[in-house]
Amino acid sequence: MKDFHLKALALFLSVVAIGLCYYKTERLGVPLTPQSSAQVWTAEATVRFNGKDQSAKINLAVPKTPPGFSVLDENFISAGYGLATDDVGANRVVQWAARNLSGPQTLYYRVVLTEDSSAHRDRTQPTPNYPDIPEYSDPERAAVFTLLDSVRARSADTSSFAHELLRRFNDPTPEAEVKVLRDEAADATAQVEQIQHILAGARIPSRIAHVLPLAGSLRHGSLTPWLEVYNGERWLAFNPRTGAAGFPADALVWYAGDMPLVDVAGADDASVQFSALRTSRDVMGLAQQRARLINSDVLEYSLLSLPIATQNTYKILLTVPLGALVVVLLRNFIGLRTFGTFMPVLIALAFRETELLWGCILFSVIVALGLIIRFYLERLKLLLVPRLASMLTIVILLMAGVSVISHKLGMEHGLSIALFPMVILAMTIERMSIVWDENGPKDALLSGLGSLAVAAVGFLVMTHPLAEYLAFVFPELLLLVLAFTLLAGRYTGYRVSELWRFRASARAITNKQ
Amino acid sequence: MSSLGRSWRSRLRLLRRNPPLRMPSTLKKLGILGMNERNGEYISIYNKREFYPLVDDKLKTKQLALEAGIATPELYGVIEIEHQVRDLDNILGDRQDFVIKPAQGSGGSGIMVIGGRRGNQFLRSSGVSVSRSELEHFISNVLSGMYSLGGLPDKAIIEYRVKPHAVFDAVSFQGVPDIRTIVFRGIPVASMVRLPTRQSDGKANLHQGAIGAGIDLATGRTVDGVWFNSVLDSHPDSGNAVRGIQVPDWHLLLELAARSYDLTQLGYLGVDVVLDAEHGPLVLEYNARPGLNIQLANQMGLRHRLEKVRALESVPTSANERVALGQELFGEA
Repeated sequence: MKDFHLKALALFLSVVAIGLCYYKTERLGVPLTPQSSAQVWTAEATVRFNGKDQSAKINLAVPKTPPGFSVLDENFISAGYGLATDDVGANRVVQWAARNLSGPQTLYYRVVLTEDSSAHRDRTQPTPNYPDIPEYSDPERAAVFTLLDSVRARSADTSSFAHELLRRFNDPTPEAEVKVLRDEAADATAQVEQIQHILAGARIPSRIAHVLPLAGSLRHGSLTPWLEVYNGERWLAFNPRTGAAGFPADALVWYAGDMPLVDVAGADDASVQFSALRTSRDVMGLAQQRARLINSDVLEYSLLSLPIATQNTYKILLTVPLGALVVVLLRNFIGLRTFGTFMPVLIALAFRETELLWGCILFSVIVALGLIIRFYLERLKLLLVPRLASMLTIVILLMAGVSVISHKLGMEHGLSIALFPMVILAMTIERMSIVWDENGPKDALLSGLGSLAVAAVGFLVMTHPLAEYLAFVFPELLLLVLAFTLLAGRYTGYRVSELWRFRASARAITNKQ
Repeated sequence: MSSLGRSWRSRLRLLRRNPPLRMPSTLKKLGILGMNERNGEYISIYNKREFYPLVDDKLKTKQLALEAGIATPELYGVIEIEHQVRDLDNILGDRQDFVIKPAQGSGGSGIMVIGGRRGNQFLRSSGVSVSRSELEHFISNVLSGMYSLGGLPDKAIIEYRVKPHAVFDAVSFQGVPDIRTIVFRGIPVASMVRLPTRQSDGKANLHQGAIGAGIDLATGRTVDGVWFNSVLDSHPDSGNAVRGIQVPDWHLLLELAARSYDLTQLGYLGVDVVLDAEHGPLVLEYNARPGLNIQLANQMGLRHRLEKVRALESVPTSANERVALGQELFGEA
């Protein structure tokens, strides 16, 4: 293959760039588009109980890998208590222990979460045993089996079975057998337990998942029971009221199964209250926190670890390769002529402060004035270096003059001219005057306009918010730019300008043939 | 209304027959070589960087050519440092005409041709007179690198002013016509003569309005001329025919070009030769990055020719045989 080495290198660079970028977006949750903040939930469980002048142990079920969220931080606020966490089946339990507790006690568990679409992992644990068919009472038995038979006839698998059963069970105009089974007075948990009781008749394993709805800011909240059914591979969640599949949006699965939420030994009157608060947080801060939690050094050694002032410098510097890319495209693929290879990039950097229109105006004004003075200097027969030094001085004075005059005229844009690269301007004027003398004003003006056009396009690309963001947060993407420019180095096709330049030859050759 | 509509439609038809842009596939089929391809496929592969200084520095070129017996304009003297500008009189003696140019000039810039003297006044070929101090200032500029590749300090060469052979008198306006030959792997592949016009101000630069006329390699006779992208039969200033002029010493000229390959080791080389009335063909300079205009002048694409030469397994070692090969492959008659 032609240029195999180069293509392999470009491919390697691209793979590294995209791989790193993929890792950062998928594993660390760094967003691909600039967002300043993300939703962060702080959920809190408050455990209250009364001590009985003896040692006490308090077990509280807490979230473990909740679906749809990733945990950023956890706090167990409990001065004077021994603390241990332990996995119990699919759940996690925190145990506080202390001696000689008396009077009302309060313990807090706080978890900070962020929504994470990649955290929709399957719930497979624990693998349940198939339940035995309960000993139903007589009227109940007939109703359960009639219901189960008709549901079975209208379903294909466990999932559709559960859905159909829930639909019938919650039907506002229930059939006779459902009326027998339904206890309108029972609370939500009891109703789900009743459904479990019926499901056991079909030997389908089920459990109650306790979820905390996070809508708005929640105070004095409690857990809502949700039904989970095992289909032989994993646990499927259903809304026990409607039969809709899945957990509700913005709900945190706290724990699942028959175990109690809180279990107190050596104390009494235990109660748990929940609160939740939604806040916004800096996205990059979140990503860094998450990276720390999964022990990833990628962000630890990234530009984000630098001091802010240095970060701001790099925010600008990292867009320079994009400007260089624009130069490559416009010179090697389009065929524009410019003064100096990367002079337009430096001008484009200056445009950051002046903004585009004013940048172009100020650039043209300085170059035009500079050229006039340069033509005058030509008559003085100066040597090159002193002449360049004089031009530099003159350019700076011109810049100062433009600033002062525009300030007096109330045009504050004129002030930002101070950031123009004066050495580059002086060199541009020098080169332009030589081209003017040697090849005539047309060539000089064309190259001047070409430089300005490349600078303008470069500015638009370099200051595009998405480009700035990607270059800074995903600097590895610049390897992609590098791969492209390497490949462009072996581009041997025509430039657009050549399609124009050779139009007459093409006609003549065609005629000749 | 109807006439307006017709003119609009005919203009559209004209535009369709002669579009402002050509499709890349069209150019490719016609074998036109683009800048990127020239750089990437030929210059970067056949021209080793170590040999560039030989052609970029005209003084070195001159010395090498002298050793190899290739004729170049006689060197009168070199000014290397500012202080030597005062020695100008010693170098010039009482010579009436001479040329001053930078040793490492790029694209023909910074060349001053003096055609005569009147006391302390020097007459440029364009007729403008230059004072002694202006001349010295020009040399200072040359030394400081104003006209040189990369702007590095340079030397000023003072050499023989070519007296153009009469053959092109009828079709050139002032200046000196020069003959550019592209030599690829030592084989001449295409040739053209650049004829100055009033518009080009006596300069042999196509871009500025000089005429480019292709030369048939086999016979050394000019074919159609091209002026600013359009084919023309006669010189815009004199009205004389551009076509069918026989270049004298044609074989000798091609041999000079082919031998230049042995001298410079550059596989893709532009050789600029001028025809002097007294000294015959003289090599003016070499170019390691010769332009693409030769395609305009010859109205043919270079690429097919280059590919033919590239496909050769070996090229003859003798310059004469390479010339013969080039004439056989690319001659039209």
